[in-house]
Amino acid sequence: MNESLAHLSNNFVYSAMLVLSLAMVAFAVDFAFGSGAERARAAARRGSAVRTSVPVAAGAARNLAESGGPESADPAAAVEEPPVVGRWGRVGVSLTTLTFALLVAGVVSRGLSAGRLPWGNMYEFSVMAATAVLGVWLFLLARGRQLQYLGLFITFPVLVTLGVAVTLLYTEAAQLVPALKSYWLGIHVTAAIIASGVFTVGAAITVLYLVVDHVDRRVAAGREPGRLAPLAQRLPDAASLDRNAYRTFAFAFPLWTFAVIAGAIWAENAWGRYWGWDPKETWAFITWVFFAAYLHARATAGWKGRKAGYIALLGYSAFLFNYFAVNIWFFGFHSYAGV
Amino acid sequence: MAFDVVDRPAEAAGATPPQLGVGGTLRFLWRLLTSMRTALILLFLLALAAVPGSVFPQRGVAPLRVRDYYLAHPGAAPVMDRVGLFDVYASPWFAAIYLLLLISLAGCVLPRAVKQWRTIRALPPVAPRNLSRMPEHRTLGSDRPASDVVAAAATELRQRRFRVLVADDGLSVAAEKGYLREIGNLLFHLALLVLLVGVAVGSLFGYKGTVVVVEGEGFANTPTQYDDLTLGRSFRAADLPPFSFTLDTFTAKFVESGPKAGQPAGFDAYVTYQKEPGATPQQADIRVNYPLLIDGTKVYLLSHGYAPTFTVRDGDGNVVFSGSVPFLPQDANFTSRGVVKAPDAQPDQLGFDAIFLPTAVIDPQLGPISGSPEPKDPRVFLGAYAGDLGLDSGTPQSIYLLTTDQMKRIGRHSLGVGQTWHLPGGRGSISFDGYRRFANFQISSDPGRQVAFWGAVLALVGLIGSLTIRRRRVWVRATTGEAGRTLVEVAALSRTEGGDLTGDVEPLVAALAGPDDSQPEEQS
Repeated sequence: MNESLAHLSNNFVYSAMLVLSLAMVAFAVDFAFGSGAERARAAARRGSAVRTSVPVAAGAARNLAESGGPESADPAAAVEEPPVVGRWGRVGVSLTTLTFALLVAGVVSRGLSAGRLPWGNMYEFSVMAATAVLGVWLFLLARGRQLQYLGLFITFPVLVTLGVAVTLLYTEAAQLVPALKSYWLGIHVTAAIIASGVFTVGAAITVLYLVVDHVDRRVAAGREPGRLAPLAQRLPDAASLDRNAYRTFAFAFPLWTFAVIAGAIWAENAWGRYWGWDPKETWAFITWVFFAAYLHARATAGWKGRKAGYIALLGYSAFLFNYFAVNIWFFGFHSYAGV
Repeated sequence: MAFDVVDRPAEAAGATPPQLGVGGTLRFLWRLLTSMRTALILLFLLALAAVPGSVFPQRGVAPLRVRDYYLAHPGAAPVMDRVGLFDVYASPWFAAIYLLLLISLAGCVLPRAVKQWRTIRALPPVAPRNLSRMPEHRTLGSDRPASDVVAAAATELRQRRFRVLVADDGLSVAAEKGYLREIGNLLFHLALLVLLVGVAVGSLFGYKGTVVVVEGEGFANTPTQYDDLTLGRSFRAADLPPFSFTLDTFTAKFVESGPKAGQPAGFDAYVTYQKEPGATPQQADIRVNYPLLIDGTKVYLLSHGYAPTFTVRDGDGNVVFSGSVPFLPQDANFTSRGVVKAPDAQPDQLGFDAIFLPTAVIDPQLGPISGSPEPKDPRVFLGAYAGDLGLDSGTPQSIYLLTTDQMKRIGRHSLGVGQTWHLPGGRGSISFDGYRRFANFQISSDPGRQVAFWGAVLALVGLIGSLTIRRRRVWVRATTGEAGRTLVEVAALSRTEGGDLTGDVEPLVAALAGPDDSQPEEQS
């Protein structure tokens, strides 16, 4: 145990939180006055007629998506939002990148101080998960996915997670209990943490999709757009949000499946059975079944769209429940994680 | 299978409901069961049905906690037990959901597999007349003859691993790619069935038991030696592999200082084992995460504890008990409880209710309690009873509990190592000679493990395939336009959601345009 390294790690995490708060402010400014506002103005230019026709257009786009067409064939969808990245948005992304670097430094120094992989208790899981969420988002941005609009909606939950980690969950760096001393810790927990990052990005997109879908349906029904309209106007159209959410979950689901299988192999080594309906296993299974239902729902008439979105959020809730509630309140083999 | 029944509607004509007929009803039910909507609902039910198993204690996971629940909720517990809430994953309703889901899955996937078997060998459909209605459509001009352009397109597409069909007139080409997507999807679902076969094989032909072994003592793999043994339904006790082992020493290390002092740091059970009677003895170190594999059976270290050693003499001075008794740990510092029974003692049988503390501390509220998991100041606290232990009644007794209905408490005393307590009334004495450690082993064999493992791996491979491979079609048609210039049309259609076709079309257009040609003019 190296106390000064552990101290250094804490300082990295605190600095990361400070920088991330600034990033969040930058994203909020961008959302309200920068690219978000530009998107809203673009929506206004297209006029309320287009906004009204969005559900139809989105529906057409979705039909085409099944037969495979990008929007170019559809005149309404052809006015796809330009990938605007405002100055404040770029500032936010830079600050988020810095946060990511600080968190990685925090995780590495924590690992060095304890002389092991730094994911042995809930504090460490939470910091790792926060790092993973930011990492996944930055990775997708780097891959050219137009997900800048998520900035505010990613930095906020990550900041809350880090806040909970340093206040409620903090534990001193220490040795692992024997049950965790296995190379499967590296495989199983890493996969679960990365999956947590991807699930979180997917859930954030899904919430935004449901907001836009809600406003679209009000407009289509001839009612006032409602209080969510200013938010919806600053976001991409429902069809592309839905598609992005799907792509994200379609990446997360095999990853989660792998995490569960790796966990089962480890359980077979440690506890003598690969599946025993321990509460953690049960909730991992429930999460898995919900996301399986989500993927099926998207291929089922009457379930795609909004309802599939709700199923995905149910799955994400089960995932969060498994992470927080099962560790803290439930009796089981995973209770050694330490709060 | 259900279609066999459907094919014989005449037999059941008498019971025919007005419109549908039995055959029709069955057909309707089968369609209903195998529809995606039903599968979705069943998936929901499966998720919901799994919840109570994590909320209420389960026999398979924590039988003692089920007993505690019974004590805490004497009214509700028997009712809950009847509906299977303490055995959720073995309950009929849980089984009903997953069996229906399995039938639904098989009914959906198997016909699709047959269909896929046909389509996988089918050639891509010829280019539709109006290519401009496809979601991706480009036109470009070329100076090469139409048939050359089409031939070049076919070559290019073949190189890109498309399945290619050139039309008879040589003026159009159809290509398709991504057949593996559906294969992946089918593989995933079929592999889930394989996984379940593995689970079933394990529960039919496997066995699982636990045994407590004190240092210096041994274990032979026969049913009588187990503390608890569950055999799979098709496993005979005679088939237990004839290995044996002795626990030579057990070491436990704990974190010595810092905030996590007392937290376990490492356990080792050093054993000597024999594959069968007469075989060469071999040494092994069994640790958590590192089970010992003997003949397909795995020996796991589950937990450990202390077994204090006692010598009991009766009123006549005869030794009526001598040995180490495993005590059950009650907390992380190994405050341990256990009993000593001396049925041969005269004039009355003797029984002792005892607490063993590796590091004795007297807490003002909690009484005697251990301050550390390590044996820094080991002591026992004894309550002595004389009378009838009740062992002759025939009902099996727990080795960790004393039945004191027909016994009288004759005193309490605490002892350090090497000390002796002379019982009041000349009833004898008990000496605390020291302690040994014991290890609790799980011994289990699961012949379905490998099948389940490969089922899971195949499911993952299939899943990745079905979510990443895109199925798409590409068509190229060349016509000779005015002034002898060739007009080339390139169109593409993605047959899976969210497909981006530019990656397929752009390089093809670039290749067909060739270096000397004019820039492709984009349309639509």
